[in-house]
Amino acid sequence: MDTLILGLPVAYYIAMVAKVLVAFVFVLLTVAYATYAERKIIGHMQVRLGPMRTGWHGLLQPIADGVKLFFKEEIVPSQASKFAFLIAPLVALIPAFISFAVIPFGDSVTIGGYTVPLQIAAYYDEAGKQVFDINVGVLYILAMASLGVYGIVLAGWASNSKYSLLGGLRSAAQMISYELAAGLAIISVFMLSESLSLHKIVADQAGGAWYAFKQPFAFIIFFICSLAEINRTPFDLPEAETELVSGFCTEYSSMKYAMFFMAEYANMITVCAVTTTLFLGGWHGPAFLPGWFWFIAKVYFLIFLCMWIRATYPRYRYDQLMRLGWKVFLPLTLVNVMATGLWVMFISK
Amino acid sequence: MESLFFLVVAAVAIISSILVVTCKNPINSALSLVMTFFCLATFYVMLDAPFMAATQVIVYAGAIMVLIIFVIMLLNVRVETVKRGTHAVIAGSAIGLFVLFQTVWFLMKGSMTGQVGTMTKEQIVSVGHVELIGKALFTDFLLPFEVTSVLLLAAIVGAVVLAKKKI
Repeated sequence: MDTLILGLPVAYYIAMVAKVLVAFVFVLLTVAYATYAERKIIGHMQVRLGPMRTGWHGLLQPIADGVKLFFKEEIVPSQASKFAFLIAPLVALIPAFISFAVIPFGDSVTIGGYTVPLQIAAYYDEAGKQVFDINVGVLYILAMASLGVYGIVLAGWASNSKYSLLGGLRSAAQMISYELAAGLAIISVFMLSESLSLHKIVADQAGGAWYAFKQPFAFIIFFICSLAEINRTPFDLPEAETELVSGFCTEYSSMKYAMFFMAEYANMITVCAVTTTLFLGGWHGPAFLPGWFWFIAKVYFLIFLCMWIRATYPRYRYDQLMRLGWKVFLPLTLVNVMATGLWVMFISK
Repeated sequence: MESLFFLVVAAVAIISSILVVTCKNPINSALSLVMTFFCLATFYVMLDAPFMAATQVIVYAGAIMVLIIFVIMLLNVRVETVKRGTHAVIAGSAIGLFVLFQTVWFLMKGSMTGQVGTMTKEQIVSVGHVELIGKALFTDFLLPFEVTSVLLLAAIVGAVVLAKKKI
């Protein structure tokens, strides 16, 4: 405990690496089993069984899928732009994972006399007895979300195919449009919390004072816009298999295709985690179970909701989607921001 | 540690900005530019200005460059075949060298070091970077802020007018 490396105790570094590893492996496993859960849940909703053969009730299906994709032949179209084609899946995958760095997934825990906040980009100040995290956490998430669009746009362009290009363009337009409404929906949350730090936003929601109750419109609009931003049904136009033959990932095969798939599911988990943090009280819950349990439970419930929506709704038409984003959600969020401002100004003070 | 990290990021920034001008494919140039913006954002973080970093990524990497890539994709400029004029290259490098010389000279003269402004590191850590920027923006710099917003509004209206013939 006494040895210092660059002014910080050794325990700090161990805690940092451990946190990163645990969070990363957990998200990866959730990504793998979200694919299984999606097939099972939609299967049961359509009165089918879903995967049953690989392991008990098909539990080994994600591993079998992974092995299959890993050993498939890797095809790069001869007319493709090689560099962009190779880098696109990575560009899609990495922002989805690094958004997790700022999400608090539990209360601080004490290990060996050293207090560790369960949030990757945060540390506990022993002198001031408080947790410091990156104080623009919300903006960081918005920034990473805005980078995700590169992966899809590049994939669409680099494949040098009409369908892919159309898929890429559609998705870029869609993501940019809905990013705006999602960002404006978040504004009303940090008008109430008066902070951009996710740690503080979660702390404000202790004892059931969730922002979902104070800001129901912002909550619903943010969740819908997030679904559109990560290209989930009913807004999955970029891949629209019936008209665009899977859109931007038509030309991709093997692990690169798997990476797009992983990025999609990782994005879904990130969006559910962000929604939990901003609106559903983060890791707060009845005290008989630890904070991380409640966090995971809430995130999993939202993931289930995403799958339920996919099983229920048909796909939007492209012009309807754009109209919904710009003419319905954007004005609604602006009105919401104004109403919140008036409320904070005149009623709550 | 910090200076080592700075050197690594600086090296990446320089390499990617060289790639911006040397890449034959315009999309690869644009991607290198995104990388340069990212390095710039990292420098902002190292200077205790996370808000600037986030805005840098959101505005430049996330919005402006996406639009530029959009345009390049739609125009479908593949690999540049036109040979660049040598006169322009000579003039450009002369200007670049001049600016580099000037910067180094001003830094060496030392008139920029040792002056401490009102914003100290302790103040930024205790009050908060975003709070300080917000307060300054909406009190001391209210007029420039309003003028900028009117300018942006005019730009939006102009874009709509240009894009739509019949409104």
